[in-house]
Amino acid sequence: MTGILFLEQLLNGLGFGLMLFLLAAGLTLVFGIMDVLNLAHGSLFMSGAYVAAQAHQQSGSFVAAIALAVLVTVVVAALLEVLLMRQLYKRDHLAQVLATFGVILVADDLVKMIWGPSPVMAPTPAALSGPIEIIDGLPYPAYRLVILGAGVLVALALYLLVNHTRVGMRVRAGASDRPMAELMGVHVGRIFNGVFLLGAALAALAGALMGPIVAVQVGMGEQILIPALVVLVIGGIGSVRGAFVAALLVGLVDTIGRAFLPMLLRATLPPATAADLGPLFAEVAMYALMVVVLIFRPSGLFSART
Amino acid sequence: MKKSVVIPTLVLLVALAAFPLVAPLFGMEFYIGFVRRVLIMALAAASLNFILGFGGMVALGHAGFIGVGAYTVVAFADAGVMSAWVLWPMAALVAGLVAALIGTVALRTRGVYFIMTTLAFAQMLYFIAVSLRKYGGDDGYTLPARPELGRGIDLANESTFYWVVLVLVALALGWMHRATRSRFGHALMGIRDNETRMRALGYPVFRIQLVAFAIAGAVAGLAGALLAGGNGFISPGAMHWTQSATLVVMVVIGGLGRSWGGPVGAAVWLLLEEVLKQYSEYWHLPLGLLLIAVALWAPKGLAALSRRKKAVTA
Repeated sequence: MTGILFLEQLLNGLGFGLMLFLLAAGLTLVFGIMDVLNLAHGSLFMSGAYVAAQAHQQSGSFVAAIALAVLVTVVVAALLEVLLMRQLYKRDHLAQVLATFGVILVADDLVKMIWGPSPVMAPTPAALSGPIEIIDGLPYPAYRLVILGAGVLVALALYLLVNHTRVGMRVRAGASDRPMAELMGVHVGRIFNGVFLLGAALAALAGALMGPIVAVQVGMGEQILIPALVVLVIGGIGSVRGAFVAALLVGLVDTIGRAFLPMLLRATLPPATAADLGPLFAEVAMYALMVVVLIFRPSGLFSART
Repeated sequence: MKKSVVIPTLVLLVALAAFPLVAPLFGMEFYIGFVRRVLIMALAAASLNFILGFGGMVALGHAGFIGVGAYTVVAFADAGVMSAWVLWPMAALVAGLVAALIGTVALRTRGVYFIMTTLAFAQMLYFIAVSLRKYGGDDGYTLPARPELGRGIDLANESTFYWVVLVLVALALGWMHRATRSRFGHALMGIRDNETRMRALGYPVFRIQLVAFAIAGAVAGLAGALLAGGNGFISPGAMHWTQSATLVVMVVIGGLGRSWGGPVGAAVWLLLEEVLKQYSEYWHLPLGLLLIAVALWAPKGLAALSRRKKAVTA
């Protein structure tokens, strides 16, 4: 029984971790290459979730909804890049935090204007609404399995793109030493445009996929942004591999904090104390992980920069 | 303090002190509470400016210390202690100690890693507050009464409480202003400008930064205590990371590393918020655009504008 529960939670943790990876991959490349801290990355996630929810409700096609969500968000990101991000390259992190926090405020109000203040229903695709028995005695929601599969596929594709193609080589070169890469003839600015839009597409995909599981509401971008930043910092800035390892680690630690630590507490402590501490450990686990990692490796696990 | 600053400062103090007497004449009693909140946030923003502007430490978790101060008040009030002489110093002390602990870890990192470490600790404080069911958890905690100062001073009276806040804020701001002009303050600014050089000169960089971080935490804790006392209520919402970001915003808008930066930024931000809220439910949008504009075109903040003008005319 506990074995099955463990497996189920493990899958949940992996799913969450993979979605975090989709967010953190774009974030870490943008940060690694252009040294731009983009707090508005969560807003792109929100855009993906809202557009997908609406398109799915109206068209009934989940795949079309996801495609539209990615397309719309990439267009929005392109606008954002032209209008704002370009002006921020040469600014310090503080100005970037300020401006992109401003974008968050604008984005939240725009979403409120378009879709209203209350959460929007994001339906689970009908064909995937039931559970699938993976092994005997473990029925697992089919939709979550699809998320897992999609996350693995995208992570794999991204890994191949970054580590085994010429374009990826340029991206890595830009992330680890921008001036040197430019000297060697890499158009880092152009590479960045591509990376920024790819990051936006990944964020939108994560938003569209997560929509049916989490509440699609104003402020959802800010909620997911912080765990994504935690992933980026644990993994080491600029490293896609680091983001991947850190995302899975954070996903698992978060799940362990949510599912198993409370169980352990209930078994060992008085019920009232356990009931108080359980939720605390659940929320704090990933931040504690980050602090511990930073104490031993102040620039993350796989920092692309030395 | 330069002479040119003394007179405007005194005029401002007198005007602020007279406000509760004048406001009722114009039917603006409601705004006594608002100005009090501006004063308290000015104190919090100034304490952040102390490490952010003067110390160059981009801390994105300052609201956490406000929360520690406020919840210290809650804990004592819940235990039946209502004397402000205990509550307020304890709030500052506890917040200062927590800041010192956090600083010990966070100050080992630099740049974005420092931003994120301070944020992570603030998130932990936030979730600790959420999990304190004894003190209301998510729903927050309502204080049984205003703190008591004794000696015939009745803090339940809005005007009296306002004046006490004004005196405390003025004293704390003045003290922090002097600290930035002291040898310690100059060493702090030296580290901001060139850490390697200061280390080579033999300054204990880590210790100076840690002391500054703890002081900022303690002052923010005092602000939290005043906030809790003023509203009679505190909830974890006051510690949310967007609150920390808003404090950073206030400091940058007002002017990094300028004595008036924190207060000016807090006043401008809260006033804009208050005015915009009356015109539209979409009041975040213009604020967001303002932020972007400040980041792009006035990175030194509003407090720097007057100086720039002077430089042009000179």
